[in-house]
Parts: sequence; structure tokens; C-alpha cells
Amino acid sequence: MPTPTLKRTPLFDAHVAAGAKLVSFGGWEMPVQYSEGIRAEHDAVRDRAGVFDVSHMGQVQTSGPDAEAFLQHVLSNDVAKMGIGGAQYSMLCNEDGGLLDDLFTYRLAPDRFLTVTNASNHATDFAWISERSEGYDAQVEDVAAQYAMLAVQGPRAREIVEQIADSPLPPRMQAARRIILGREALVCGTGYTGEDGVELLLAPDDAPAVWEDLLRRGVVPCGLAARDTLRLEVCYPLYGNDLSTDRNPIEAGLGWACKDDTGFIGSDAVRRARQDGPAQKLVAFKITGPGIARQGHPVIGGGEVTSGTMSPSLGVGIGMAYVPAERAAVGETLEIDVRGTTRTAVVAPKPLYTKETDG
Amino acid sequence: MAEASYPDELLYHPEHDWARVDDGVATFGVTWFAQDALGEVVFFDPPEVGSSVTAGEFYAEVESVKAVSEVIAPLSGEIVEVNTALADTPEAINEDPYGEGWMVRVKLADASEAEGLMDRDTYVGSL
Repeated sequence: MPTPTLKRTPLFDAHVAAGAKLVSFGGWEMPVQYSEGIRAEHDAVRDRAGVFDVSHMGQVQTSGPDAEAFLQHVLSNDVAKMGIGGAQYSMLCNEDGGLLDDLFTYRLAPDRFLTVTNASNHATDFAWISERSEGYDAQVEDVAAQYAMLAVQGPRAREIVEQIADSPLPPRMQAARRIILGREALVCGTGYTGEDGVELLLAPDDAPAVWEDLLRRGVVPCGLAARDTLRLEVCYPLYGNDLSTDRNPIEAGLGWACKDDTGFIGSDAVRRARQDGPAQKLVAFKITGPGIARQGHPVIGGGEVTSGTMSPSLGVGIGMAYVPAERAAVGETLEIDVRGTTRTAVVAPKPLYTKETDG
Repeated sequence: MAEASYPDELLYHPEHDWARVDDGVATFGVTWFAQDALGEVVFFDPPEVGSSVTAGEFYAEVESVKAVSEVIAPLSGEIVEVNTALADTPEAINEDPYGEGWMVRVKLADASEAEGLMDRDTYVGSL
């Protein structure tokens, strides 16, 4: 079978040196875990600090006098509410309200925005966005090649990055330019692990030195597997698992990130789904006995699991599933067909993990 | 995880399973190579005591954080005991694959079947 050419991030050699197991992900050759193992990486982020290479994620810059009005047209959230240095989570929907991607956007200047895309969607997102910019005085650029991206996450992440920063880091959901280890960086108070931390956007050539320095300071290199268990414990959806063009934001529980009155593409469909109520809803569940349900396992009586794993923090099988709306209430019992064996699960409040539920 | 090791006294199946045969009863488990390929095991789904297993066919499932794998029986027979401790400590499969990580004990249907398995050096040579 021919091996497709996989892209490598500027940190590829550093991953190999750190003992990474590499896998294909969204067209990239990425570390799934390092030598200490997934549980050690997961715990490092929950208890101290870990760093993920997320350079596979893409960036689209939108600038110009109509940049705000244009993004208001394509993104689901209220872009006008974002102040300079602000960050916002939004959906990219098609006309039917189907989910094309879920995205973080940062307002870098009054007329300049940076939107971070999922790796596997980057090319189609960029095409979709730029094709719809006609009639707006706005320039849409694929700037993914200009950035490497590191996510430093965990209760100690901020204090460690601050040791190598020229000034205090921006707070949660804010972004600002800083000098990190003598290098220009955009520092964003965001992440996808349920822990405090920052994401650093750097010039590709600058990324390895920052990565190495963070490791020397005790930050643990973490791969995609730990990223998945961490995000699933706090019920952050993953595009390709929990989100797809067949699902709308209301079904996915992401109606809060959609401001229908802004008239974004898909807003009519989202409004209708909101008013009518979705047929299925994305719920979080815990397996009540042994076993682990995985993506694609059917929920008996309708619906299916979209993400599932063994929770390192909780010690039980957890996941998310679309189930009929009438069975989506917390406490509802679900039966899941796990390769022919029926496993029982209970619908649980999101997030599944908080500091209070730890232990 | 433990260092790579393949004890001399065991018999090996090409699907990376081992058997320790003692007076018509064999203990089964997976080799160091198998547990390393699996990654951290988080769940072991044992078969029922009393059920029969057939050499070359799967009898149990192990799940690591990322994947599910079937465990292949190196020999045929009837399951007389399962390692129930693995329900609480599946990581023993990684940490001690030939000791605490044993999976089942099987009353062999045909003791001569063991002649078809590999010795340590043959198995290690196949890796």
C-alpha cells in the first residue's frame, strides 16, 4: 500500500529525540505518546504542566476594513463582541447548519483576526471562508505555514511560561504579543484540556528552542492520546468524532456559541433547530460496569457513541454519544453494543471531570 | 514498563502469546512484545470459566487507551481459571506480562498440540 506523504512539524526531530510514537493524524506525522506513557502525560497536565505540539493546526488570517463584518457572516458567534486581544470559540456552518469545523478566533487588531482550524479541515475551511469573502473589503490569507503552535497546559503551565516571558501573560480567553525566550510570540490564554494554560504561536524556526526550554523546566511532552483523554474528560467535542457536517450545533450542545441574530451562514437552520428541539443530543456518559465504549458503537434504541475511552482521572469508561433527545437527561440509563456485548452506561453531567470530582 | 524479556521456560505462539504448560494445564498470557505494541492496557475482558478455547482463535480482549486487541489462544482446551485480579489492575499485563499479568488457565484438550509452538529462541528470532 503506498504511504501518503505526511507533513512534519518543526518539532519532528524533537519528538523523535523524546521517544515519541508517531502516527498519521489529519495528514501529519504526529506524536501519539512519548516514552513515559499516556497516563503519565495525562496526569502531568492535570497536576503540573505538559506541552503539546499542535503545529498541525492551521491558521487563517482575516484583515481589512470589513474583516469584522465578514467574519460575522461566516462564524457563528458574535464577532463584534470580541475586543482587541479577545478570543472566541465559534462554529463554521454550512447553509443547512451542518458543522464544517469548530474554531478559536483571536482579534489581534481592530481590523485583523486570526482563526485556528483543525488540521484535517484546514484546506476546506480556508477555501470555504475565502470563497465567501466576495463583496467584503477583507483579505483572507492561509497563514498556517507562518506558525508553529505549542499548547502548554496544566495548573503550573502559566507560571513556567511566565519565567521565560518578558511580561505577565494574558488572562484566560485573551491573546497578546509577548517575547518568549527572546522570540516573538502570540500568547493565547486558551487550550483544550480543561486546565489553565496558554497556547504559543511562534515562527516555525523558533519553536524547537522554546520546546526544549520548557522540557528543561520540567514540562512533560504530551501526545495526541493524552490530548484526547484530557479533552474527553471535560467533554470538549472533537471534530471528526463528535462533530460533522451531519450534525448541527444545537444537537452538539454548542448552541451557546451560535448567535442566530448575527445572520451567519446557517443561522436560519440553527434557529429552527433551536426552536423545534433536536431529534438527538450529544450527551456525556460513564460506563457503570466494566468495559469501554468506542466511537461508532451503537446505542441500543437509537444513537451512537462518537468518542469513548478509559478515563485516566476517573478510572471508568467514559464517552460522548448522540442519543434520542427524550433519553438525553442526566441519570438516564443507556445500553451500548460494544462489539456484541451490551454495556450499561449512565448519562452524566458535563464536564465528566472537574477538580472536585478528582480522586 | 519492564525491560524486554522472553523467559526460556515458556512456549510461544506467533500471535505473541505465551503458554506455560504444567501437567496438562497451561497458563496463557501475552508476550513483552505484545504488551509493548498495545501500549498501556486499561481493560481486560476475560472469558467465562468453563468455556472452550481453540488454538489460533481469540478468547479475550484487551484494550489500551487507544485500541482494542483480541488475545489469541496458543493451545486448545477448557478454561478452568481466569485472572480476576486484572479487572482492577489491567496494567499488570504491561508491568509483569509473564507473572501478575497472566490471563487464563486452560485444561488442555491435547497435550501434544504444544509441540507446534515455538521455543524462546525461535520466537525471539521471529520478532
